[in-house]
Amino acid sequence: MTMKMKHLTSLALAAGLMFMISCKSKPKDADIKAAVVAALQSSPGVSADVKDGVVTLTGAVANEADKDAAENTAKVTAGVKSVVDNITVTPPPPPPPAAPVATADDALKTSVADIVKDFPGITADVKDGVITITGEAKADRWKKLKMALDALKPKKVDASGLKVK
Amino acid sequence: MALQDKYKELIDAAKSSGTTNLQVAEQDGVLHIDGEAPSGAVKDQLWDIYGKIDPNFLAGDVVMNINVATAVAGAKLTVTTDSTNLNIRKGPGTDQPIVGKAAHNEVVSLISKQSDQWWLIRTDGGAEGYAYAQYLTPVE
Repeated sequence: MTMKMKHLTSLALAAGLMFMISCKSKPKDADIKAAVVAALQSSPGVSADVKDGVVTLTGAVANEADKDAAENTAKVTAGVKSVVDNITVTPPPPPPPAAPVATADDALKTSVADIVKDFPGITADVKDGVITITGEAKADRWKKLKMALDALKPKKVDASGLKVK
Repeated sequence: MALQDKYKELIDAAKSSGTTNLQVAEQDGVLHIDGEAPSGAVKDQLWDIYGKIDPNFLAGDVVMNINVATAVAGAKLTVTTDSTNLNIRKGPGTDQPIVGKAAHNEVVSLISKQSDQWWLIRTDGGAEGYAYAQYLTPVE
């Protein structure tokens, strides 16, 4: 009798286990979706839909790494059979080019004086980031000077008072 | 945008010649062109085009700062003064004591760039110090 009871108990347990396993292998799509959505908290912009255990991911992310991360997150979520990754990668627009930064007058004055001293016949003045050149110079010398002055990042090089020989 | 039209040939040449970090911006009636040319020849070519559009660079509507990409640490530089020696100084500035000289057309090594104007160099004779970058041209 005891043997029979034991047999019955183990049978019942086995049946119960079978039931649980079969239940576990077929979770509801809604439950999977909830789990995937929860797991995707770290991937904003990505949404998930589940049909027969197959997760379809949609949305837009900034880079390929985020896309892969979201796909992997969905893959390892319990109950997910496979993942269809329809996420698009849209990189953020590049930042607008920064406005040219003009060198401050004091630093500019020193640098301009250093350069102009090698160009006899030319005088330079600095005001509000603008270098004003006066005097006389040969064309090739002036070109050299202009190249050096432009490298100082002034706002402007005003050579209207320069006579090029 | 009018200035970008006037200097279109220059901007196009900069783009097509492989000039990197190219920035073209108009501010207060002046077109600022910044970038790094792949060689000294490209830099010269861009300045020639600039000089063709604005003869003798007198219009004052462009500030063009083109560096040469080959001027990196370890590069060889030729001293391109007009004829005189180039002063090598203890620090970056003409108020700094002179610690050596490099002859006209001498080839020196670039150690580092303190700024766009002052580069730390070493001569084959062992003199080391700062020199004005304007007179140093990368060997190509």
